[in-house]
Amino acid sequence: MRPFTTLTGIAAPLPLANVDTDQIIPARFLKTIERSGLGRHLFAPMRYREDGGENPDFVLNREPWRKAEILIAHENFGCGSSREHAPWALLDFGIRCVIAPSFADIFHNNCFKNGILPVRLPRELCDALMEDARLGGNARITVDLERQVVVRPNGQEIPFEVDPLRRKMLLEGLDEIGQTLAHAAAIAGFEARQKAAQPWLYA
Amino acid sequence: MTTPRTLFDKIWDAHVVERLPDGTAILYIDRHLIHEVTTPQAFEGLRAAGRKVRRPEATLAVVDHNVPTDSTRFTGIEEPESALQVATLERNVKAFGVPYIPLDDPRQGIVHVIGPELGLSQPGMTIVCGDSHTSTHGALGALAFGIGTSEVEHVLATQTLLQKPAKNMRITVDGTLGFGCSAKDIVLAIIGRIGTAGGTGHVIEYAGEAIRALDMAGRMTVCNMSIEAGARAGMIAPDETTFAYLKGRPFAPKGEAWEKALAYWRTLPSDPGARFDREVRLDAAGIAPMVTWGTNPEAVVPITGRVPDPAEEPDPAKRAQMQRMLDYMGLAPGAPLAGTPVDVVFIGSCTNSRIEDIRAAAAVARGRRVAEGVRALVVPGSGLVKKQAEEEGLDRVLKEAGFEWREAGCSMCLGMNPDKLKPGQRCASTSNRNFEGRQGPGGRTHLLSPAMAAAAAVTGRLVDVREMAR
Repeated sequence: MRPFTTLTGIAAPLPLANVDTDQIIPARFLKTIERSGLGRHLFAPMRYREDGGENPDFVLNREPWRKAEILIAHENFGCGSSREHAPWALLDFGIRCVIAPSFADIFHNNCFKNGILPVRLPRELCDALMEDARLGGNARITVDLERQVVVRPNGQEIPFEVDPLRRKMLLEGLDEIGQTLAHAAAIAGFEARQKAAQPWLYA
Repeated sequence: MTTPRTLFDKIWDAHVVERLPDGTAILYIDRHLIHEVTTPQAFEGLRAAGRKVRRPEATLAVVDHNVPTDSTRFTGIEEPESALQVATLERNVKAFGVPYIPLDDPRQGIVHVIGPELGLSQPGMTIVCGDSHTSTHGALGALAFGIGTSEVEHVLATQTLLQKPAKNMRITVDGTLGFGCSAKDIVLAIIGRIGTAGGTGHVIEYAGEAIRALDMAGRMTVCNMSIEAGARAGMIAPDETTFAYLKGRPFAPKGEAWEKALAYWRTLPSDPGARFDREVRLDAAGIAPMVTWGTNPEAVVPITGRVPDPAEEPDPAKRAQMQRMLDYMGLAPGAPLAGTPVDVVFIGSCTNSRIEDIRAAAAVARGRRVAEGVRALVVPGSGLVKKQAEEEGLDRVLKEAGFEWREAGCSMCLGMNPDKLKPGQRCASTSNRNFEGRQGPGGRTHLLSPAMAAAAAVTGRLVDVREMAR
């Protein structure tokens, strides 16, 4: 996984609540056996018209937000399905940080596995960042995971919370499976105890 | 005296392999169900790292999401991308030694239908699958939740997940459900009450007289939609109904092992005095048949209700969202839901495709005809459900009424196989999500129970099924 340390970039405002995973990437685009190449389907229902052409009003079809690396949204972002294609599509488009007042659990979890940082901030701070984001290219936002701050274009620093283990994994780009396999002896020990106590689980 | 624990706490504690210094647990996973859509990249990851599947025998693969539900599936899947996903799963299960139920196996079906049906899902287990509706298996008294593909790979390689404990929420549904109402109406009423993010960060335990009175199919319907309330998982304490359901199923423990398992399962229900972070109470008697009007499951009202008016919503963001939903759904503020014409009726999905659901639909359909111009599909959740329905003659009742009788699969729940809505079509659906475009681009979904869906099919409009009783 590509580490996430600090990111300064253009932020796209998406002032919608309950953006579900079918909006982020509809199920018809999940018929792939790859992780890459999903960026063109990101937000397909909002981003493209029925004839397949771009919807010129959608933020990611406008300059400078075509190059957005940060997304600002409202409550319960990523609700719905467990599809990891949602963070894959964001990542493939170039978005590495989503800032919102709240996230759905599975999406939130999936982000960390892919080098995307989801940042929870109170609604009023998200709204302030939304205003910054609307200014486009002259108003870059910095997300500093090391110091756990979002820096507004005016220099104001907004601290955020992040789970310490997940922060470490992101900062160092660690392979989570490799980390867990270092505990293989403990897993084997657990299995031996469980098998003795609940043999039907191993029948 | 130990601290009283919840059902969730007990299953959690019994599966912690190791606690890491920051409180994250390495949590052991007893059962891993996999399907064609969310696993190709996970197996590819194992290959790239030269890793094996730790416990193939604790894993089961099935195809359900993208497979056609008509007879074309037996001559090869036409759609090349879907065919490739199925072929990739078949190649992977073979290479890694994972048990697999292929498309032409009579046991094939929706992963969340076949797990309980085969007795693979049992009380006290941790069960995961790369699908958010894995919460369904919580109906057995298991801790079951959906995971992403990276976590699928993690479970394949280590049989564990890194997890922080969830908070406990209890939703108690008191009293007795009224005539014409079902488990679907209970869970829609719950989501209407707590909202689509009401359960975020929590595992919900459903309790109370109305939940106890549900059969296993009903309990699965309720737990299935926990994710629609944002909860990580939903669960119901195992009881005699659970044990009677499980006994004799192919993968359920047998003989002495059954007795031993049963003794353990009886220790699982939440202790008196166990602490819940949040408690919600509903009265079943106050629940009417429910129908969604918007594009998320909390946008729900009783069938006797009306489409809400955005003008009455004080919060501007919420008002804008309501307006957007009404525009998408093609509904007028203040209009009664009953009487809204439908184009398509879908009875199926991991929420409502079990034999009990098909019986409920057939009871309404018997002796009636699907309304002119309405397309109505009944898609059994598994080959075994289909077989049983045919043995009971339900397929005949439905076909005579003009319903299509299909092969098992996810079908029109999610618009990734040939069963899809066309833009603008309005569908009365027993599935779980009414998101924009969920059943096909531009499709309009009203979520409701199987009996309500059958009533919509035969009248051609959303209707209160209670009015149709003879």
